[in-house]
Amino acid sequence: MATELKQRLLTGNKAMAEAIAQEMTRDPSVFVMGEDVGRYGGIFGATEGLYEKFGSERVIDTPISETAFIGAAIGAAAEGMRPIVELMFVDFFGVCMDQIYNHMAKIHYMSGGSVKLPLVLMTAVGGGYNDAAQHSQTLYATFAHLPGLKVVAPSTPYDLKGMMISAIRDDNPVLFMFHKSLQGLGWMAPIDAAVGHVPEEPYTVPIGKARIAREGRDVTIVAVQMMVHHALAAAEQLAAEGIEAEVIDLRSLVPLDRQTIVDSVRKTHRLLVVDEDYLSYGITAEVAATVAEQALYELAAPIRRLAVPDVPIPYSRPLEQFVLPNPDKIAAAVRQLMAEG
Amino acid sequence: MSIPFEHLQWMYETMVKIRTYEERLVEAYAEGKYPVFNIGAGPVPGEMHLAAGQEPAAVGICVHLKPEDTVTAPHRPHHHAIAKGVDLRRMTAEIYGKATGLGKGKGGHMHLFDPATKFSCGGIIAAGMPHAAGAALASKMRGKDWVAVAFIGEGAANQGAFHETLNLAALWKLPLVVVIEDNRYGISVPKALSTAVERNDARAAAYGIPGYYVADNDVLEMYRVSREAVERARRGEGPSLIEIETYRYLGHFQGDPEVYRAKEEVPGLREKDPIRRLREHLLAQGVAEQDMAAWEARAKAAVDEAFAFARDSEYPAPEAALEDVFAASEV
Repeated sequence: MATELKQRLLTGNKAMAEAIAQEMTRDPSVFVMGEDVGRYGGIFGATEGLYEKFGSERVIDTPISETAFIGAAIGAAAEGMRPIVELMFVDFFGVCMDQIYNHMAKIHYMSGGSVKLPLVLMTAVGGGYNDAAQHSQTLYATFAHLPGLKVVAPSTPYDLKGMMISAIRDDNPVLFMFHKSLQGLGWMAPIDAAVGHVPEEPYTVPIGKARIAREGRDVTIVAVQMMVHHALAAAEQLAAEGIEAEVIDLRSLVPLDRQTIVDSVRKTHRLLVVDEDYLSYGITAEVAATVAEQALYELAAPIRRLAVPDVPIPYSRPLEQFVLPNPDKIAAAVRQLMAEG
Repeated sequence: MSIPFEHLQWMYETMVKIRTYEERLVEAYAEGKYPVFNIGAGPVPGEMHLAAGQEPAAVGICVHLKPEDTVTAPHRPHHHAIAKGVDLRRMTAEIYGKATGLGKGKGGHMHLFDPATKFSCGGIIAAGMPHAAGAALASKMRGKDWVAVAFIGEGAANQGAFHETLNLAALWKLPLVVVIEDNRYGISVPKALSTAVERNDARAAAYGIPGYYVADNDVLEMYRVSREAVERARRGEGPSLIEIETYRYLGHFQGDPEVYRAKEEVPGLREKDPIRRLREHLLAQGVAEQDMAAWEARAKAAVDEAFAFARDSEYPAPEAALEDVFAASEV
């Protein structure tokens, strides 16, 4: 009988929930707090099945009081617990940003390293389903900008599980951003990328290491989460035209794996950065600056950026689709880049 | 109510230590800042919020605490830190920005962190309340009888964090005691212009928890209500709210022109000084003058030693600014 690589397919949300369940089983100091994380299993399914398994003492539904429960996670972490706390939509950061920016991110530093905050703040990001400006942002750069938070944004079920386990075991606060469209939820458009092979046993994926999602010789496309999958789709189109794109999935925004980006550009000599966040002051700028600093003379053409064009995310379908990058826009940008040099 | 002698002694000595400390900081802070006040100059730069006069709020409750109990404090934190037993030498070194400080010079006077005594403070109003609630939650989850105390000023009782945290703590019956120090002013704005209720203990009713009010900076009354609140928390019966009417002898910060209050206000408050009142109480209890003099000398010696340690310590290497952003992690 032929040996067949056995695939164990899970959706993104089940991969996350499995990671959390395994760590909760391994370590009694791990617990979960947030709005609707209990019986409901998390609005985006990240805590599915945990309440049934661990009960209300360790999977805690909170009032709609993000300052109080995210702040409480900080206080509990300082005592040596390892809380996982959910901010339902990243867009809701405004009501609790003091706790995140001024406390979670700074206490370790201000204490001269004496206080550790081993906690995970997980939050849903992303648009594309007509939820408008207060429920569709990614805000990657907003969080990656401030020192003191590790920020991860996995794009596959495999990485969602492995990076969640890494985040829980990390002694630092980790902002774990998961993309709604990659959770594999029954009430969103089904996409292939939301399902993938996930080994059952616990494993870690390192925080701070990018992944080369596709190898190519002609152009480097750097992306995160949904944009990785759009870039891969674009790369398929381009391959038919004889253009081989290399797609880098950053996975981790802080720390940022600058080396993998620069190494790739040294090989391809062209760079396109794609982001579902706003254009200005964002990931695209950071990646472009890194390459300009370290490999400017390797470039055969100017760096190109594709991101939300500095407008709030609009509601109506044609408007939203206009501002979000997609495979066709990515492919067009690459063609232009190839034409330039 | 009878108060054990050792508690009275501890409260008196600690109040003297706090007062001595704050008065010493008035002098140290002024060094190098005049004739034209320059906030960034001198051996103790930056903002300085001192608590002379507010000692009863800190000692009246911390006397009931164990080392395992947690205390969080706001931007005016020295009295709480001293009452919780934070190492005075390392605390002072931190205020001087020295490498031997609690935060290796990265925090300063508003950001003191001492895991050894489970003390922390911060510069954002009411933000320490949820941290204390989290410590209380950790205690409860681990089946301990440890409590957490969050100190805030009366101005912080109008912050969202205050109300969110009280609801959460009451809902989950967390072992938390919130102490509001009403020193009359949120910087310059008097309580009557900022707060819809005359007394913040009334707000306890909104969360179905006990509220206490301590009038006139009375350390013995603070001792009494705090004992009730701390014991209730230890028994697992949930949070309490205490407001104490206290006195701020100094400005909101050193250098505050204090245009918002009458010149005679502070002298009037000093006439009711809580340390002198406790001293009179002790004398009436038959404590000898010379015993109290010995406690005072011990408190002063601790302060002297702390300031000498801070002055003699080295500044951190400038490049140390790049360290301690993240903890080394095994993952």
